[in-house]
Parts: sequence; C-alpha cells; structure tokens
Amino acid sequence: MSNAAEGEIVQFDNVGLRYGTDREVLSNVSFTLFPGGFYFLTGASGAGKTSLLKLLYLAQRPSRGAIRMFGSDAITLPRERLPGLRRRIGVVFQEFRLVQHMSAFDNIALPLRVAGVAEREITKPVTDMLEWVGLADRMHALPAQLSGGEQQRVAIARAVIHRPEMLVADEPTGNVDPDMAVKLLRLFEALNRLGTTVVVATHDVHLLKRVPDSLIMRLDKGRLSDPTGALRYPPRVPRPRGDAA
Amino acid sequence: MALKLPSLFTRNAEAELIPQGRLSGPMPWVIAIMVALTVIAAAAGLAFSNTARNASDALTGGITVQIVNAEPAERERQAQAVLQALRRTPGVVEASQVSQAEIDRLIEPWLGAPLDGNTAIPVPALIDARLRDPVDGEMLGALRRTLRQVAPSARVDAQSTWLKPVFSAIGTMRWLALALVGVLAFALAAAVLLAVRSALGTNRETIEIVHLLGGTDRQIARVFQRAIGFDAAGGGAIGLALGLLVVLLLGKQLGGLGAGLVSSGALGLIDWILLALIPLGGVGLAMFTARQTVIRALKKML
Repeated sequence: MSNAAEGEIVQFDNVGLRYGTDREVLSNVSFTLFPGGFYFLTGASGAGKTSLLKLLYLAQRPSRGAIRMFGSDAITLPRERLPGLRRRIGVVFQEFRLVQHMSAFDNIALPLRVAGVAEREITKPVTDMLEWVGLADRMHALPAQLSGGEQQRVAIARAVIHRPEMLVADEPTGNVDPDMAVKLLRLFEALNRLGTTVVVATHDVHLLKRVPDSLIMRLDKGRLSDPTGALRYPPRVPRPRGDAA
Repeated sequence: MALKLPSLFTRNAEAELIPQGRLSGPMPWVIAIMVALTVIAAAAGLAFSNTARNASDALTGGITVQIVNAEPAERERQAQAVLQALRRTPGVVEASQVSQAEIDRLIEPWLGAPLDGNTAIPVPALIDARLRDPVDGEMLGALRRTLRQVAPSARVDAQSTWLKPVFSAIGTMRWLALALVGVLAFALAAAVLLAVRSALGTNRETIEIVHLLGGTDRQIARVFQRAIGFDAAGGGAIGLALGLLVVLLLGKQLGGLGAGLVSSGALGLIDWILLALIPLGGVGLAMFTARQTVIRALKKML
C-alpha cells in the first residue's frame, strides 16, 4: 500500500465485491476520501451504492482488493479491533434500523452507551439532538409510533450524536419533506465544517447542488466513475476540504 | 492510533438492550426443576457417603465370635472362656456377650418368639468385640488360633466382611447420585444453550445494529449472561426450596424406619451448606454457558 496517501481517511484499491457466486456487484473500485471531505455517491438503483456503503461502515469485507480506513488495513484487521473503527463512523441506514423496543431517546443514546459514556453525560446531548431534529416531544415514543420521516430523523440523530470522524448516510433524505431535507443537509454540513468526513448516497440530483464544494462519486453497474478525478487512487494531489468550507 | 475500547455498558443500558422478559419464558422454571432434582440427587449422594463412612467407622474394627454348640452349658462355658481370652488379648478394646434377650429379638422375625424363654432350635452365643485397629486377615487368623484353644466351637468373623456387599451397593448408589448430578448439570447447560440461541435469533437485528455502532462481543455477551443469570437465580431459589422440602420429607420418612444404617446417613451442617450452594453453581454454569454460546455465535458475524 502506498505511503503517499498519508492523511487519507479511506483508501479503496481495486476493490471487488460479490455475494456468493453471483457476479460482482462492485468491480475494481478505487478511490480515496480525505478528512473533512463532503462526498456524494450517486447512481441508479442497483448500481451498488448500498454495497459500497456497507464496505465503508465495515458491515462487509470485500471479495478482493485492499481497503485502508483510519490508517488500518480493514481487510486484515483482527475482528476484535473492528468495534474501535466502527465507533469512529456514524451510519444512517437506508431502512433506518432503529431498535424497535427502544424509545427515540434510547435509540439516539445507543452509540454513547456502546462507547461507555456515563448516563449522566448522555441526557443533555441526546435531548439537544432530539430538539434539533424536532422530536423533543416524541422522545419516549417507540419507532413503531413514529412516522417514516420521524424515524429517519432519529436514525440521523443516532448517527451523529457521538460526533463521528466519518458519517455515512444511505439516502438520508428519502423520507423527509424538502424543508427537513435541507435542514438535515445543513446538519451534515455543520458536522463537516467541524471536521467530519461525510459520505451521502443519494439519487436526488437537487441535493448534490446544495453542497457546492462536495465531490461526486458515480456508480454505474458496480463500477465507479470519478468525473472530477479528485477521488482517484493513488491520489495525484491530496485535497483536504477543510479550507473550502 | 491506540484504540481504547470502553468495555462496559452501564447497568441500566445493558438491561434495555434486550427487551425484558424476552429470555425468560419457561427458563426460570426449567432451571428450578433442574436445581430441585440436583439438590435431591446430591442429598442422596451425601447421605450414601455418610452412611458408608459411619458404617465403615463402626465396623472396621469389629469382630463377632459365634459359639456354635448345641449344648447350652458348654456353649455358655466356651462363651465365657472366649470373653476372658479376648479381654487378655492386646489390641482388643472391648468385648461383650450379646444378651439372650437381644438374640431372641434378632431372630424373632424368622423363628418367632421363644416359648417360656426357651428356643426349640439351639442358637449360637454371640460375642461382639472391638479392636483398636482395622481387622486384617493376619489379625483375624491369629485371633482364630487363640480362641480355638479355649473354645473349639468358636467361629470368628470380621463384621466388615458381612457388610461388604452392602458397602459395595452404597458405593454404587453414591456414584450413581454423582452421575445424576453431572447429567443434570449437562441438561441445564443444554437448556440454557437452546434458550440463548433462540434469544440470539430473536434479537439478531438488535445485535447487528449494536455491532455496527461499535458494540463488542463482550458487551453483547454480558447482556445475555446477565439476563440468564437473573433467570437462573430466580429459578435456582425456587428449585432449592423445592429440593430441600423433598429432602426433608424423605429424611423424615426414612428416619421413621429407625434402621441404624439409614439413620447413619443423616445430613450434617456441611452437607446442608453444600446443598444450599447448588443454585449458585447452577447460576454460574448457566451464565458461563450463555456467555460461551453468545461469543461463539457472534464470532460468525463480522
């Protein structure tokens, strides 16, 4: 693996992914993500966006290729060290994946509890987050009692509550009204300005225009195209985005 | 970068990870039954041990001399001569003749009560003696030679020889009880394993989410371990109460038989303490099984 990529948060080198004996859903995917970058991942349905995100949030190992995350080789990393990497990533799942028997408050508090944060230090940030996503009055509601949009906001709040170094969001605005979509995007941008690398998978082209300094990765039948060339791996010029905000 | 993984959920948060009552179901009752049966089996094993030990202590130095002579006067003469000889023999700490009344009582179930104090069938005179050391073959041979000189009709036997088959049976029963305790422990572990596997399947989605949020195998295992621990503690307490009740009732009934061998198996304080510790062992075994089951299952996940 090249050492030229110092400072990169994620490096994919010739990554392929297949499920079972089917054809590859991702083929020869290579790219780099820099700390503080804001990236959109686009592509038609079935293009492999969710599969690529699964590799990013360490829910899946690739069939081939090399992946480095936060300076560690994610392929050969012992299983016991994966939780440490995962705690540095916030994930908004496409289908939300809220814990159904937990209230909105407890779902949002879950990453903090997993990380061992004391209960007395959990209440305020979770309450603030609930207020921010407009669900302060629904904090005791179970996911089944929330609308799709409300569940999505809880999922987003859970993903960002622990200030992850990288946020991975799969269609995060798919179930919310346009106003809330813009609001959530502003939240992602605010996190991004604080140094969080943001990766948003979406097929909403209007969303792409709302973050002018973002970089776009386009997936087509499992192959990644990089319109600007800024994502190529190995990178020609490291491009931290912090100064572009 | 060195990753420091906080290893603990807080107590409340752990409890919330799996819905309360999800693991329970019939589990506490299964554990209660297992513990009750284990208590009964263990009590039986301890009682058999006590019986064997007490009987062995009582019999290892004991010998019985029979004077087999049809002539009552000669029989009594030889009996007295044996008593004198035994009392002079070094190593014999006690020797006494079994009274005629006691002999009559012993043979009454087979021969009926003697008429006017006389039995129609001549019964040997019995002399019970206790040696300082356990009786071995050499000592028994020497005693036989000594006693034959003063009482030609004397037959000398070690008491432990008579009860050897009984000791053997008691030993077998003791091992059987121990094996039963082992089988019950295995059954308990198997029941916990099945319950945990079922709970893992039911809560798979939650577990995956916690994993993806950075939860460790140990954190998740601890949740199951604790839930099973509570079930086992509740079930164990009920099982102990049931088991002790049965043991006490059985003890009372057996005690009523008044047989020396049975009453010598009475449980002592240490035995009762051991029985009381069985639920703790059950809780430990259940928690260990739950932990190992969860850890093994989670290792199959990324």
